[in-house]
Amino acid sequence: MDSITIDTINPKVLKCEYAVRGEIVTIAQKLQQDLKDNPGSHPFDEILYCNIGNPQSLAQQPITFFREVLALCDHPSILDKSETQGLFSADAIERAFQILDQIPGRATGAYSHSQGIKGLRDTIASGIEARDGFPADPNDLFLTDGASPAVHMMMQLLIRSENDGILCPIPQYPLYSASIALHGGTLVPYYLDEQTGWGLEISELEHQLNTAKSNGIDVRALVVINPGNPTGQVLGEANQREIVEFCKKEGLVLLADEVYQENVYVPDKKFHSFKKITRSMGYGEKDISLVSFQSVSKGFYGECGKRGGYMEITGFSPEVREQIYKLASVNLCSNISGQILASLVMSPPKVGDESYESFSAEKEAVLSSLARRAQALQDALNSLEGVTCNRAEGAMYLFPRINLPDKAIKAAEEAKTAPDAFYAKLLLNATGIVVVPGSGFRQVPGTWHFRCTILPQEEKIPAIVSRLTEFHKKFMDEFCG
Amino acid sequence: MSTKPLDYENLNENVKKCQYAVRGELYLRASELQKEGKKIIFTNVGNPHALGQKPLTFPRQVIALCQAPFLLDDPNVGLLFPADAIAKAKHYLSLNSGGLGAYSDSRGIPGVRIEVADFIERRDGYPSDPEHIFLTDGASKGIMQILHTIIRVPTDGVLVPVPQYPLYSATISLYGGSLVPYYLEETADWGLDINDLRQSIGQARQNGTTVRAMVIINPGNPTGQCLTEQNLRQIIQFCYEENLVLLADEVYQQNIYQDKHPFMSARKVLFDMGQPISKELQLVSFHTVSKGYWGECGQRGGYFEMTNIPPKSVEEIYKVASISLSPNVPAQIFMGLLANPLKLGDISYEQFSRESKGILESLRRRAHIMTDGFNSCKNVVWAMYSFPQIQLPPRAIDAAKKVEKAADVFYCLKLLEATGISTVPGSGFGQKEGVFHLRTTILPAEEDMPSIMSSFKKFNDEFMDRYE
Repeated sequence: MDSITIDTINPKVLKCEYAVRGEIVTIAQKLQQDLKDNPGSHPFDEILYCNIGNPQSLAQQPITFFREVLALCDHPSILDKSETQGLFSADAIERAFQILDQIPGRATGAYSHSQGIKGLRDTIASGIEARDGFPADPNDLFLTDGASPAVHMMMQLLIRSENDGILCPIPQYPLYSASIALHGGTLVPYYLDEQTGWGLEISELEHQLNTAKSNGIDVRALVVINPGNPTGQVLGEANQREIVEFCKKEGLVLLADEVYQENVYVPDKKFHSFKKITRSMGYGEKDISLVSFQSVSKGFYGECGKRGGYMEITGFSPEVREQIYKLASVNLCSNISGQILASLVMSPPKVGDESYESFSAEKEAVLSSLARRAQALQDALNSLEGVTCNRAEGAMYLFPRINLPDKAIKAAEEAKTAPDAFYAKLLLNATGIVVVPGSGFRQVPGTWHFRCTILPQEEKIPAIVSRLTEFHKKFMDEFCG
Repeated sequence: MSTKPLDYENLNENVKKCQYAVRGELYLRASELQKEGKKIIFTNVGNPHALGQKPLTFPRQVIALCQAPFLLDDPNVGLLFPADAIAKAKHYLSLNSGGLGAYSDSRGIPGVRIEVADFIERRDGYPSDPEHIFLTDGASKGIMQILHTIIRVPTDGVLVPVPQYPLYSATISLYGGSLVPYYLEETADWGLDINDLRQSIGQARQNGTTVRAMVIINPGNPTGQCLTEQNLRQIIQFCYEENLVLLADEVYQQNIYQDKHPFMSARKVLFDMGQPISKELQLVSFHTVSKGYWGECGQRGGYFEMTNIPPKSVEEIYKVASISLSPNVPAQIFMGLLANPLKLGDISYEQFSRESKGILESLRRRAHIMTDGFNSCKNVVWAMYSFPQIQLPPRAIDAAKKVEKAADVFYCLKLLEATGISTVPGSGFGQKEGVFHLRTTILPAEEDMPSIMSSFKKFNDEFMDRYE
C-alpha cells in the first residue's frame, strides 16, 4: 500500500472543494485544446472564461504608474542612469527611490520582516487612515501573498476541532468553505436574501448562531464579504452597524473580506470599511476583534498574478498577536514586489502629482467599463426566460438565478450532476462560455444559480449575450416540453 | 464573562505548539538591540541580499521589462536593456495570458514548468514530466502543502533529520502530526547511519506512530553536508521497504563548497537504481530561487516535483493549490530563468557567468574562512561552514539554568550582546541531548568575515575562560 493514495490522503484535503477552478474549468481547457488541435470541431471558435475574477487575463491593462514603480524597484541599478528619465515618469522614479530607501540595502531580493517591510506598512496605515478618517497602526498589518493566505492564517488560529464553527454567508466565495474544511472546522451558513438584493438580516444571523450552538458548535467568527462575492451587493451603513453590534454582543471575531472595496458601480451605494464603522460607533480595541482583508487582485488595478494583500488585525491581546506573528514567520515573508504594490494601491498618485491625470483616466476607464459591462450582462440575463438577476452593485460578478424546469432537473439527476452544473456544462459545450455553477458557492436548497464574471472585453459582450440568449432559448425549448 | 474566541487560551493548540526558531527569540532580541542603535550582523537566516550580495543583473532586467511591458514598445528601450533581456521578457510575457498581472494556471505557467522539466532532465539524465511539477510561492509553501496532504491524525509521523531546518518541526506541529527524529552523525560529516534510521522508525512504531514519510535535506541545513551516493541509495531502499514517501529538500543544490561529496538528486539516484524501485518509490523533490547563487529570497519562488504519485492524489494536490489560485507570476519567471539560463553566445552570457562565478567562489571562500575560524576556537569543534559544536562547560550550563534558558540560547544571547552577531541556537534545529551548536551563515560580506571571526573568537575564548 503506497503512502499517498486517494485512500490514505488527509481526509480534510479530500473534503474541501473549490469550484472556481473545478470540473467545469477542466472541461473548458480540454475544449480549448480541441480547438487548437482541430479548428472547427466545436460550434464556437474560442473559450470565453467567465469563471474567475482574473481581469488582466482578459486584456484589462495594468495601471501604468504602478508598473513603472515596480519595474524600477525590481531593477534599481537603472535609477541612476539618465536614459531612465526618458522612459519613466518623474514621480514614478521619485516613488521608487522613496520605497527603496525604506528597504535595508535596497535589497528587494531579501526576506523582509515577517509582517512586511515597516516603511510600506506605514504607507498602508496612512492610506487606511486617509480612507476611513480613523488611524491605523502599522503593527496591526500583516502583508501576505494575496488576501487568501491571510484568511488561511485566521482559520488556522480559530479552528481547534470540528466543533468550532465559522459563520459564512451563503452564497459565499468558496475560499471560506475550502479553508474551513482544510482546517477541520464547521461552516455555519447564514443565508443572504435574494429577494431583497442579497440582504443580510440580523435575525438570520441570530437564528443560525443559535441553531449551531444547540448542535454543540462553538461559533467563533463571522465572515462578511463586502462588496459581496458572488452576489455583488454592497452593505448599507445601518446594516454594517447591526453586524458590528451582533459580533460585539456574541463575542465573535469579525472577518471582513473587503477585497472589492474599489469596485462599486451604483450611485446609491458606497463602500465603508468595517474598521471605519466600528470606530465611528465609538468601539475600539477592547470592544471588538476585527480582521480586515484587502488585496491588489481586484479594484481597478486587477493585479492577480502579483499576489499582494494584507490583513489589518485590531482588538487582539499581545499574546495572540505573538501567535499570529509566529505563524507568519514560518513562511518568512510575503513576496516583496507584492508588498510594494499593496503600498501603491493604498497610496496612489495624488492631485498635483505628474502621473495623477493619466492615473485617474486609467482608473476611471476601467471602472466605468466594468459598470457598463455589469449593466449589459445583467440586462441580458434578466431578459432570459426563467432567469432573474440581482444587480451587481459591486465586485466583479453576476449571480443569476435560473428557474430550471423539472425535466432538466431530472436529466441532471440521471447524469449524476447538480442541475446548475448540468446547465453550465451544456452552456459550455454549446457556446464556449465558462461560468461556475451556483452549487460551487452554495445557495438556498432547491434554487439554482451560476456565477458569471463581468470581465470579458467590452467588444465581446454582444457576442456573449447573443450566444447565451440563443443557448438558453434552445435549452428551455428542449426541457420545458 | 465568557472568554472570546481569540483569547490566548482559546487558540488552536497546534498553533501554540509550533515553534520556528529562525525568527524566534534570538532574532527578536537582535531586532530590539538594532533599534537601540547597536550594529547587528544578522546571520540567523539564509538571506544573502540582506548582507550585501547583489542580485544577478540579467533576471532583474527581464523582470523589470515584464513589469512594464509598455517599455518594449519604446524605441529607446535598447539604451537601458540588452537585446536578450528584451527577447526573454517577450518570451515570458507570451507564456501567461495577461502577463504578470493575471493568475496563472494553479500549478504554475505551463511553459515555465516545461523549462523546469528540461532543467531536471539535463541535470539528472532522466526525463521529467511538467505535469508533475508545481510552482509555489517559495519551496516552504510546497513543503507545507505536501505535509498537509500526508498528515491525517496525531499518530501520523514524519521522519525528520536532527538537526533540521525548523520549517519541518513547525509544520508538523501546525498540522497536528508527529515528528520522528533520526540523527545525523556529526563525526562522520553529518552522514547517515542506516541502523540509526531503523532504530528511529522502530521506536516510533512501538509508540503507536504510523510513519508515513521521510524528509532528507540535501545539501543539509543547518549542517551543510551532501549525502553520499551510498547514503542516498540506502535511504531510497529504506523508504521503499518501509513504505514511506521520500521528501527531498534540495534547495541548496547549487551551494556546494567542497569537492569530496558532489550533489546528486534523489531522483537521479532513484532512477539509477532501476526497476521496480524506480517505478514505485513515491518521491517529492523541492527547489527554490532563494538559495544557490541567485539568493532571490524576497521573490518567493520555488517548485516541487512529484515522482510516482498516483494521478488521483495529484488531482487532490492540484485542488488544494487551486484554492489559492496561483503562485506569484514574477517568481515563476525567475524560476524559468534559473531553469533555462543564458547560453554561450548570448549577449548577456558573459556578464551572467562572471556574476554567478563570482558569487559562488566568494561563498566557497567564506565557507572556508568560517570553518577554519571556528575550528581554531576553544571548545568549538566539527565546524563545517556554519553549524559548529560548542562544548559548553558545566558552569555555563548552570548559569543558563539559573536564568531559565537553554544552554545554547544563553551562549548565543551573550554572543549577540557582546559582538552584535545574531545566530540561531542549535536547540532551534534539534541536536543530541547534551550537545550544543549554533547556526550561523556564511553570508556576511567577504571583507567583513575576518573581523567577524575574530570577534567571535575573542568572545568565545573569554566566555570559556570565564566558565571553565
